Amino acid sequence: MSELVAIFLGMVLINNFILVRFLGLCPFFGVSKQLGSAISMGVAVTFVMAIASLATWLIRNYILIPLDIEYMHIVIFILVIATLVQIIELFIKKTNLGLYFSFGIYLPLITTNCAVLGITLINATQDYSFSSSIVAALGGGLGFTLVLAIMSGIREKLELANTPKSMKGLPIAFIIAALLGLAFVGFSGII
Amino acid sequence: MGKFAKEFAKGLILSNPVFVLALGLCPTLAISTSIDNALGMTLAVLIVLLGSNIIIAAIRNYVPNITRIPIFIVIIATLVTVVNLIFHAYLPATYEALGIFLPLVVVNCIILGRAEAFASKNPVIHSIADALGITVGFMLALLMISFIRQVLGTGGLSVFGHDLFSLPVLRDHPIAIFILPYGAFLVIGLLMGLFRRTGVMKSE
Repeated sequence: MSELVAIFLGMVLINNFILVRFLGLCPFFGVSKQLGSAISMGVAVTFVMAIASLATWLIRNYILIPLDIEYMHIVIFILVIATLVQIIELFIKKTNLGLYFSFGIYLPLITTNCAVLGITLINATQDYSFSSSIVAALGGGLGFTLVLAIMSGIREKLELANTPKSMKGLPIAFIIAALLGLAFVGFSGII
Repeated sequence: MGKFAKEFAKGLILSNPVFVLALGLCPTLAISTSIDNALGMTLAVLIVLLGSNIIIAAIRNYVPNITRIPIFIVIIATLVTVVNLIFHAYLPATYEALGIFLPLVVVNCIILGRAEAFASKNPVIHSIADALGITVGFMLALLMISFIRQVLGTGGLSVFGHDLFSLPVLRDHPIAIFILPYGAFLVIGLLMGLFRRTGVMKSE
């Protein structure tokens, strides 16, 4: 149990997906302009990460390893993720049309989010057990959502600030990410 | 041949993948800690992007529009698997250093982006020029960032085991933040600001 807690905290705060591992930066800079869309994006990514970890763990341990075709894992994992995102998209469209429209283009784009393929590859290289994989995915997703929410809060305020013209937009967002990362170093001693 | 040169040159500055289009940021930030890693990543991207652009441009008239994205992804994933196996066999040190970011070339937006925006609409020869130009632009950005980070963060420069130079004070007291993840954000942000200030690239 303590191992699972360590994995979870490590994923959320210490080895944060965005600030330390550099996974999922495209949505981080693309969607972090408004708090609302940042949080729904974070929740969607967390959900896909958890389901993808579950599916790829089963496929890796019951198909790829017994058949000794582990070298095929990149192709298989990306296909699994693409299929999952498609199924989730259809499911949301049928059950909750409002949510479907609020996600818009970002839902299909989750396929090419490095965080999703990243967590499945991390699970595979670390050889995590079934429960560890799921906990790692949930922790990673939560850390992603947390940083995305903090960043969007800062950027909403930044719209009103007097930023130098050449630093407006992306450059200043990078500098803020660096400062945010430095702040997160403070968590590194907790486990 | 004029068109070839034009497609090549556009990737360098006007649509530099990193500084202007802000694509492929994850590997750029993660592996730009040393020149060695930057060159290794460039080689991986070159092989995959060239291969995918050629294959996709060649089959572009036979691919049904509705299933094109899954087809592109399978082509790219296959090429990345090939590159992974080659690196594992012949460049084990680079393979270890790039770690998870070598397989993650699959979801590098640069590659799928070029497949969708360029190779699926243009003939093979122009797609080759496009791939080369984008890769050189990617390499320039990576080299610039890793040069700054390696020199300031370790106090010197060594490429593939050869020590090129080391700075007098920094050698003993390197500024460690540049090697740490946060330094990557800082360097890219400042470089982007600098390029916009000097007018090399447009402000928003």
